[in-house]
Amino acid sequence: MKRYDLIVVGAGPAGLSASIEAAKRGLSVIVFDENAKPGGQLFKQIHKFFGSKEHKAKIRGFKIGEELLAEATKAGVEVMLNAAVAGLYLDKEITIQKDGEILHYKGDSIIVATGASENMVTFDGWTLPGVIGAGAAQTMMNLHHVKPGNKVLMLGSGNVGLVVSYQLLQAGCEVVAIVDALPRVGGYGVHAAKVARCGVPFYLSHTIVKAQGDGCVQKVSIQEVNASWNYVEGTKKEFEVDTICLAVGLSPMSQLLKMAGADMEENPAKGGTVPICDEFGETSIKGIFVAGDVSGIEEASSAMIEGRISGIAAAQYLGYISKEELTEQAKEQEKALQTLRQGMFGPQNRGKAITNTEEGYAISESLLNRGYIAEEEITRYPGVKKLKGIHPVIECSQNIPCNPCQDSCPKKIIQIGEKITSLPVVTEETACIGCGMCVASCSGQSIFLLDEKEAEGYTLITMPYEFLPLPEKGTKGIALDRSGKEVCTAVVENIKTVAAYDHTNLLTIQVPNEMGMKARFFKWKQEVV
Amino acid sequence: MSDLKDRSAFIGSYIPQADDDMIICRCEEITKGEIRKAIYDGMYTIAEIRRYLRAGMGLCQGQTCGKLVKTIVARELKISPNEIESAVSRAPMRPLEMKVLANEKKAGE
Repeated sequence: MKRYDLIVVGAGPAGLSASIEAAKRGLSVIVFDENAKPGGQLFKQIHKFFGSKEHKAKIRGFKIGEELLAEATKAGVEVMLNAAVAGLYLDKEITIQKDGEILHYKGDSIIVATGASENMVTFDGWTLPGVIGAGAAQTMMNLHHVKPGNKVLMLGSGNVGLVVSYQLLQAGCEVVAIVDALPRVGGYGVHAAKVARCGVPFYLSHTIVKAQGDGCVQKVSIQEVNASWNYVEGTKKEFEVDTICLAVGLSPMSQLLKMAGADMEENPAKGGTVPICDEFGETSIKGIFVAGDVSGIEEASSAMIEGRISGIAAAQYLGYISKEELTEQAKEQEKALQTLRQGMFGPQNRGKAITNTEEGYAISESLLNRGYIAEEEITRYPGVKKLKGIHPVIECSQNIPCNPCQDSCPKKIIQIGEKITSLPVVTEETACIGCGMCVASCSGQSIFLLDEKEAEGYTLITMPYEFLPLPEKGTKGIALDRSGKEVCTAVVENIKTVAAYDHTNLLTIQVPNEMGMKARFFKWKQEVV
Repeated sequence: MSDLKDRSAFIGSYIPQADDDMIICRCEEITKGEIRKAIYDGMYTIAEIRRYLRAGMGLCQGQTCGKLVKTIVARELKISPNEIESAVSRAPMRPLEMKVLANEKKAGE
């Protein structure tokens, strides 16, 4: 039986981060993962992350995964793949299923970072082929390059449902609707807005009644539900689809800890059965720690910080560092974790209906009910100002911990300030040079550049564009408004792709002046030669 | 958990519902109706339902249906699903062939 100072179960964001911190402090570390590739969910995340510069904001998830892996390798961490942990036993002994054999390992400390699994909901026809988890759709598209279907209905308007819907569009699927039983969009408004302006309708307070088809999904019907969860007569809608994606939450995969005998609790706020642990992630069994979604559903950024904390704590448990050093080193991480948990989507606000931002701006009702900010609401936010010459229009209306736009502006026109959740403010004395860095840096794709050419009678709108193929200069198409409605014809003035934009292309279109504050997306057809 | 609900108290009789034929446990193909009937047969805990019906005993080991079964039990017993204890966790955590289970090797030797 091989022995290590630390065994980490799960090579996702939490597990890798934990292994790095422990190995850096001198522990011998091995990480087991049942998958063929390390990185957990990170390698499926092709979008730019939110947060602050110090915590990997505006870097795409899979890049963060690559960085973590490189860091782990450098720190001397061993990663064993295709190795499913079969059991966790007394005295921190674990068995691994690998290449047709059962292997025994012993860790002097253990960090369980097994993550979560997708929840399912039942409806008539839910077992038909074509009903899949949103995460599964993401795995198919972004890891295996397989299109999950052609016409998709998404159930769930949380961040997973919104982000995966956008990625389905990027993969060339048609998303016919985003449906949620709750009356409000659950995820970030900016994620909803970027899907809505592509023309995807939102059906809030709706649920799936039935999926039908001969051997696979061909049709789905949805219906409105009232506050007491009863169907509203006469509100049934039918869609022809071949895929139904379920994004209805995650459950911690905490069975290993239960098996080991750790004290568990049923905690709906954390997503289900979770181990009871202290501030460093230590469970009721000394030397067994947890990090990431297994101890409560959050997102990758906080999982990475939790991982780092538990890795440092494992080093202290084995005497590699002192108690004081642990407190000191964990404090910095704790601070970062607290920052990430701020804002209206933080755990303390879960389930609360928030009507005003921290600054006192009214939250857009339209954003919550239909997925996009209405035109009459947009001017109330401090990032939206009518200015002469080229200038950014920042359609950011919710307090989320994110500030890359502030750092991106070389002219310091965009200000968020010390508090990372504050809405960005566009200063009046504009000296904007139209570099477009803010547009590309916004993980929510909510920054546009507007340049009203009064004399010429048209306005140039620059928008983030992450679809392929790219239209060429001079391409004629249709401009869509925030709701995805066609509003006017538009011509491509420019398309800019530079390394600093990190694959967010900047598309500039020319529209009539009165469309400057309306048009927010561009639809065109590739000419068939 | 077993004393969560007084076992001698009468919880009513099983009344068929329109969606009783809906499959809840996909691995073992157990329907909602079978689970509801089991509750009226006196199976109040997840462990009892697993042994009685094999719901949650298949390939995914209840990863998919665990929460769904809890919801059904909770509704019939008129308690919160959070009061119901999850199934016991046992090795192996992932499906494995008997020949692999029997093929034990001590790593590093």
